[in-house]
Amino acid sequence: MYSLLWLIPLLPLVGFLLLVFFGRGMPRTLAGIIGAGSVGVSALLTIIDGIGFLSAPPAAGFYAERLWSWVALPGFTIDVGFRFDALTLTMMAIITVVGFLIHLYSTEFMAEDGEFALFFAYMNLFVASMLLLVMADNLLVLYLGWEGVGLCSYLLIGFWYRDPENGAAARKAFIVTRIGDVAMLIGFAVIVANLGTLNIQELMRRAAGEWAVGSTLPILVAALLLGGAIGKSAQVPLQVWLPDAMAGPTPVSALIHAATMVTAGVYLIARTHVLYALAPPVQLAVAIIGLVTLLVAGFSAIAQVDLKRVLAYSTVSQIGYMFLGLGVGFYSAAMLHFMVHAFFKALLFLGAGAVILGQGDEHNMFKMGGLRRAMPLTFVTFLIGVASLSALPVVTAGFYSKEWILSGVWQSPHDGPLMWLLAGGVGVLLTSIYSFRALFIVFFGEQKIQTTHRPGVAIALPLVVLAVLSIGGGLVQFPPTIAKVNLFQSFIGPVFYGGLPGGAAASGAATNGGAVAVGGAAAGGPTEALLQIIASALSLIGVGIAYLLYRRGLPSHARLGEPAGFRGLKAFLFSGLGFDWLYGRLLVRPFLAVSSFLKGDFIEYLYVAIGAVNSGAGRLLASAQSGKVRWYLAGLALGAVVAVGLVVWL
Amino acid sequence: MSAQLPDYALVLAGILFGMGLLGVLMRRNIIYILISVEVMLNAAGLAFIAAGSRLAQADGQVMFIFILTLAAAEASVGLALIIQFYRAYRTLDSDAAKDMRG
Repeated sequence: MYSLLWLIPLLPLVGFLLLVFFGRGMPRTLAGIIGAGSVGVSALLTIIDGIGFLSAPPAAGFYAERLWSWVALPGFTIDVGFRFDALTLTMMAIITVVGFLIHLYSTEFMAEDGEFALFFAYMNLFVASMLLLVMADNLLVLYLGWEGVGLCSYLLIGFWYRDPENGAAARKAFIVTRIGDVAMLIGFAVIVANLGTLNIQELMRRAAGEWAVGSTLPILVAALLLGGAIGKSAQVPLQVWLPDAMAGPTPVSALIHAATMVTAGVYLIARTHVLYALAPPVQLAVAIIGLVTLLVAGFSAIAQVDLKRVLAYSTVSQIGYMFLGLGVGFYSAAMLHFMVHAFFKALLFLGAGAVILGQGDEHNMFKMGGLRRAMPLTFVTFLIGVASLSALPVVTAGFYSKEWILSGVWQSPHDGPLMWLLAGGVGVLLTSIYSFRALFIVFFGEQKIQTTHRPGVAIALPLVVLAVLSIGGGLVQFPPTIAKVNLFQSFIGPVFYGGLPGGAAASGAATNGGAVAVGGAAAGGPTEALLQIIASALSLIGVGIAYLLYRRGLPSHARLGEPAGFRGLKAFLFSGLGFDWLYGRLLVRPFLAVSSFLKGDFIEYLYVAIGAVNSGAGRLLASAQSGKVRWYLAGLALGAVVAVGLVVWL
Repeated sequence: MSAQLPDYALVLAGILFGMGLLGVLMRRNIIYILISVEVMLNAAGLAFIAAGSRLAQADGQVMFIFILTLAAAEASVGLALIIQFYRAYRTLDSDAAKDMRG
C-alpha cells in the first residue's frame, strides 16, 4: 500500500551523498536538478501516499512499517521504523512540498554562489533528517533526525563562513539549542529507566497505564522533553538564537528557520501529547511559555530594522501561538497553525529574499521603499503573506488557524479570558502592526535603490503557489460560527483524541478541547462570535496604526513620538528585550572569564614551550633556504665531505 | 717502483678538484662557475686515469671517455641555461636568482 514510504526520506539523502561527493565538478544545472529533483520526487511520493491515505484510511488510523532492528538488548529494543498517520502526513506534506518550492527558488537565488552544489547538499540532508524526525516511531530515531536538522541548521546559518559574524551566529544557534537537547536526552533516559521503551506509541500507552495524572514522573519527563522543544522552537528563554540565525541565505531562513525545523518542538509535544496530558502543570507551562514568547517576540519585531529580523521575530511569535494552542489542549489547532504558518512564512521569507536579491543584498528596510511598482509580483504575494500573518478576517488562512487557537484559549480553565486578552488582544494587534509596518516601509513611499534583479520563473512560481496556499490553506477548517467545515479536525483529530485507550482518561483539557472543536459551538456561539469580531477588528486596527505611523511618513511619527524615554524603549525593543545582553552578562562573560583563567595553568606552558621550540627550529632551518645557489652547493659539498669522511674513518 | 707516480697524480687531481669547487663556490659570474665545473670534471677524469694506471686496468680510461662526453653535453646545456638566465635577469651574477628564498 505505502510500499514506497521508505523512499521518501531516502531520496534527499541520496541527493545529499551525490552532491557532497561529486558536486564540486558538477555543472550547476545538474546539481540543481539533483538537489531540487530529489525533494520534488519525495513530494510527489508524499502526495501519492497522502491521497492513498485520505481515500482509504487504514482501519487503525495509522500505517506502521518496521524496517530493521537497530538495538536489540534483552528487554529493550529499538527498531528503525516509520509510523504514517495524519500528523506525520501533515508534517511530511509541508516538508516536501514547501521544501521543494524553496529548493526550486534556491536554484535562482543561489545561482551566483560559488558553493552552489554544497548548498543543495546541505539542504537535501536537512530534508532527509527532517523527514526522519517526523516519520520515526521511536524517540531515538526521532533524535537522530532532530540532531541531523540541528547540524544542517548550523551548517547553513554559517554557509557564508567567510564573514566571522555568520560563524558566530551558527555557533550560537547550535549551542543554545544544545541546552534544550541535553534536557531532552535526559528525559529519554528517564523514560527508558521507568517505562523500558522508546517506542512513542508504546511508551505513551504504558505511561497512561502506569502513571497517575499530575504525579512526579510524568511532570519530570514532560518538562525535560519541553526543554528540547523550546530550544528547537526558539521559545522563551531559549529564543535568542533565531534572530541571529538570519545570517544564513534567505531560502535557508524560509525552509529551516520558519517553515519546518523550528516547528519540530511543536511536533514533539503533539507527538508525545499523552505525557503532557498526564502532567497538567507542564501543559500549563507550555501555554504560558507560548504566551510570553509571542508577546516578547511581537514587541521585539516592532522595532527591528532588518527585514529578515522582523520575520524572524514574527516566526518566534507565531510558534508562541502554536505552543499556546498545545498548552490549552488544542493540538489540532496548533497543527493547523503550523501548516498555515509554514505557507505564509515561507512566502514572506521568499518574498523578502527576492527583495534583498533585487536590492543588491540590502537588508535594512529603511533604505528600501517604493518597491510596489518595481516588483509588482513580489508586492502582491508579500501583501498576501502579511495579511495571512496578521490574520485579516475571513479571506486569509491565518485567520482560521489563529481563531481556532484563540477559541481554545478562551475556554482554558486557567484564566482563559486573561490569556485571551493577552494573546488575542495584544498579540493580534502587535502582529498586524509589525507586519504591515514592514510592508509599508519596503513597498510604499519613494524608491531609494534601483532594482537590479527582477525575479525569474524559479522565484516567481514558488511565490505564487505559496500565496495561493496562504489564502486557501485555511479553508479546511472554519470556526463553528461561520460554517460547519471540520475537514482538518476530522483528519488529524483522531491522532490526539482517539485510538489510545489512555487518551480519553488522560486529561480533562485535552478531551474538552477535542469535544468542543469536533462538536462545534459547545461553548456558546454568541460569545465566540463576539470574540472573533473583536480579534478581527484588532487586526484591522493594527493595519490602521501601521498605516498612520509608517505610511503617512515621518511627520505623524514625530508628532506621536519622542517623549522622554522613547529612544531608550526603542533600543530596548530593538535588542529583543535585552535577552542577549542578560545572557551575555550572566553566562557568556563568566564562562569566558573562567576559561581564560584556566587557560594559564602550568601544563599549558609545557605545550606552549613545545610549540615555541618547534617553530623556532623551523624558522632557523627556513633561513638556510636563502635562494643563493652557491650556498646550496657549499652545503652539498660539506655534506658530501662529512658523508665520505664517515665512511672512510668510521 | 713506479707505484709512487699515480699517487702524485691523485694528489694533483684532488688539488684541481678543490680549486674547481672553490671556484664554483666563490665566483659569482656563472660563466666562471661553468668553467670551474669543467675543471672539477677534468680533475675527476684525471683521478680515474691515475687509478686505472695504478690498477693496470683500462676501465679508468673508459670512464674518462664517458666523462669527456658528459662534459661536452654539460657545457652545451650549461651555456644554453646561461643564455636563458641572462635573458631573464640581464646579468650574469648567480646571486640574482634568489626567487626561491624563504
